[in-house]
Amino acid sequence: MKFTIYRYDPDRDERPYLKDYEVTPDPADRMLLDALVRVKAQDESLAFRRSCREGVCGSDAMNINGRNGLACITKLADLPQHVTLRPLPGLPVIRDLIVDMTQFFKQYESVKPYLVNHEAPPERERLQSPAEREALNGLYECILCACCSTACPSFWWNPDKFVGPAGLLQAYRFLADSRDLASSERLDDLEDPYRLFRCHTIMNCVDVCPKGLNPTRAIGKIKEMMVKRAI
Amino acid sequence: MSVAPPVRRFDAIVVGAGGSGLRAALELARANFKVAVLTKVFPTRSHTVAAQGGVAAPLANSSEDHWHWHMYDTVKGSDYLGDQDAIEYMCRRATEVVVELEHMGMPFDRLENGRIYQRPFGGHTQDYGSAKMAMRACAVADRTGHAMLHTLYQQNVRANSQFFVEWMALDLIRDPQDGAVLGVTALEMETGEVSIFQAKATLFATGGSGRMFFSSTNAFVNTGDGPGMAARAGIPLQDMEFYQFHPTGVYGAGVLITEGVRGEGGYLLNRNGERFMERYAPNARDLASRDVVSRAMTTEIKEGRGCGPEADHVLLKLDHLGPEVINQRLPGIREIAIKFANTDPVREPIPVVPTAHYQMGGIPANYLGQVVAPEGASHEAIVPGFYAAGECACVSVHGGNRLGCNSLLDLLVFGKSSGEQMIRDLRALPRPHRNLTPDAGDLSRARLARLDAASSGERVADVYAELRKTMQAHCGVFRFPELLLEGVEKMKQIAARLGRVYIQDRSKIFNTARIEALELDNLAEAALATVVSAQARKESRGAQARSDFPERDDRDWMKHTLWYKEGNRLAYKPVHLKPLTVEAFEPKVRTY
Repeated sequence: MKFTIYRYDPDRDERPYLKDYEVTPDPADRMLLDALVRVKAQDESLAFRRSCREGVCGSDAMNINGRNGLACITKLADLPQHVTLRPLPGLPVIRDLIVDMTQFFKQYESVKPYLVNHEAPPERERLQSPAEREALNGLYECILCACCSTACPSFWWNPDKFVGPAGLLQAYRFLADSRDLASSERLDDLEDPYRLFRCHTIMNCVDVCPKGLNPTRAIGKIKEMMVKRAI
Repeated sequence: MSVAPPVRRFDAIVVGAGGSGLRAALELARANFKVAVLTKVFPTRSHTVAAQGGVAAPLANSSEDHWHWHMYDTVKGSDYLGDQDAIEYMCRRATEVVVELEHMGMPFDRLENGRIYQRPFGGHTQDYGSAKMAMRACAVADRTGHAMLHTLYQQNVRANSQFFVEWMALDLIRDPQDGAVLGVTALEMETGEVSIFQAKATLFATGGSGRMFFSSTNAFVNTGDGPGMAARAGIPLQDMEFYQFHPTGVYGAGVLITEGVRGEGGYLLNRNGERFMERYAPNARDLASRDVVSRAMTTEIKEGRGCGPEADHVLLKLDHLGPEVINQRLPGIREIAIKFANTDPVREPIPVVPTAHYQMGGIPANYLGQVVAPEGASHEAIVPGFYAAGECACVSVHGGNRLGCNSLLDLLVFGKSSGEQMIRDLRALPRPHRNLTPDAGDLSRARLARLDAASSGERVADVYAELRKTMQAHCGVFRFPELLLEGVEKMKQIAARLGRVYIQDRSKIFNTARIEALELDNLAEAALATVVSAQARKESRGAQARSDFPERDDRDWMKHTLWYKEGNRLAYKPVHLKPLTVEAFEPKVRTY
């Protein structure tokens, strides 16, 4: 297989460039990450993040033939013989396929991604019905890989002002939690021309999410909650 | 050599931001201490994220249960090598730490009455080992670790914990006078700069070392960093021969398939379609302890009853649970099987093999997280300023074999207790920081300088591959005397080759080749400790199964191993057979 990979080491390179590699995957190699590990065995200077190699830690998000995804759960068999790899778009590049995710995490943290309930907790667990718990499915599973936000033109344009799909999915995860008592503060915080309303339902986020989650639907639900409380 | 590294001072530092590190950091941040959390990866990328089936706690939501039953199961599961005081401590605090996690927002699955959903898990029984399984595993579908890690990180965001993300700790700094731990050296990956992090209390929560095996459920980051740093600083490693092989790793890929599949009613089949666990464990069957199931599977395969053209795996059948249960309780497993095994478990069984999974041994610590090592007449003198929790520590609650769901419990209980102990110690000793000697960072600087200077030698990838193959072949589910002896020699040679490793990449910026070389140093310490300890222990107990000594030998071997890097030397210390408040569980023959 042929790999064309974005390379840039600010310590050495004046500007980024694309470098070609030929790799013969082993029959046991199943995923793109396996092939990348082989490329690195050829050229140890290639830098990328990876850890769990099963699609739960969110480290190895990258742009694969123009589309964001996780290398560890992208099957080699589903890829053409020539693969071009670039860093996630829209974020500053630190080196090669490694991007600076500061802005992404800042937006995540801005939605207060934690349960707020100032009532004294009971001695045992707070009760929640199976239906109330079900409302969190499709939300809590996010792995913060940033595939969605870095595929979103609104996030490219206003990364400092628009929360982005990943952050908004988590905002709704707590709005939807029957145990959380801060809904009205959460909605106040998002009622802003940028933070929530820069979403123009382009739905790139839904298209690329490697976990099959749907941030656009969550954003729609937040908008619904805002409308409901206004009337 | 370059100039001395800058010094950053904190009350406490936590190395590692998985479950135990985050739980401890939360305790410290809430007490308003100045804490630095150093982590190689962004916190939610830590390997706790991959835990699936649940966290054990005797909440008794679905079946009668009691912490004392849980304690019995854990002592028996450990094959009587676990310290009974620590096990009592863990089981008594289980309900508290799990309920607390629920209050923090953990999205546990629910029963109709609104309480936390619990499922059966291997080795967890009712009434001191009766044939009735306890429903003790508190679950978030099959994503319990993910939900836990994110919940703990979220609480740390709320508490304003200070993280140093993508900083790799390199070496411990000890006071040459009394051996007290004064902090660590650490490398910032983005810039390649080294700093000294000085603290009055240093916690290691660095996780496991599963990358030492060729076939492993572990993430790339699990390179035994804590044990490696501790060993280089003269601290022994305890019970490293006890390495758990999880029965159900995906054949070929190694990815974990939770025991929760069997908890929900799945079972294993050999090539004859036989439910073979009935022969090995008539009561618990597929929910026997992991060491028992892994040995049974390996025996089936060795005796020619494996599946597939090579007869080299067995099958995990769960289609009879129906799509509804699979989609609701095991959705992540379905996803993994489709992606990594090309099978949809709603219709077909999953091919599985025993796969390296969990290090029962580690840095010797007590149940308050304090690191202990022999000194003078004491087997367990406290190393001042040093704490360890989670998989990198050996408390020892897991002894020779860990029960499923006790690892997430371990990291909650001992993450919290070590945080609490660090707070007590910080309050009791309001002293200023000690003076560092001028050579405080020298070991790390010398290691880095050697890597920077070497222009030829051994390639990291080659030595790493050799290490993993050696451990896989010589220190697996069953252990043979000749293979162990050869394994020790091979690992010694591999450790010697590390001194000749070189890298071509000279960049300061996010130099992952350099990181991998530094990780390999740690992994090799853990691997050498494992095979040397295994070769020396002349008995079978828990995960250590020797062909030449097939029985447990309580008279000569009811003791903890301690491995020292210096001189590649072993020592032993007694097991704590006395619990805190209850009667001891006397060793019995272990059957399931």
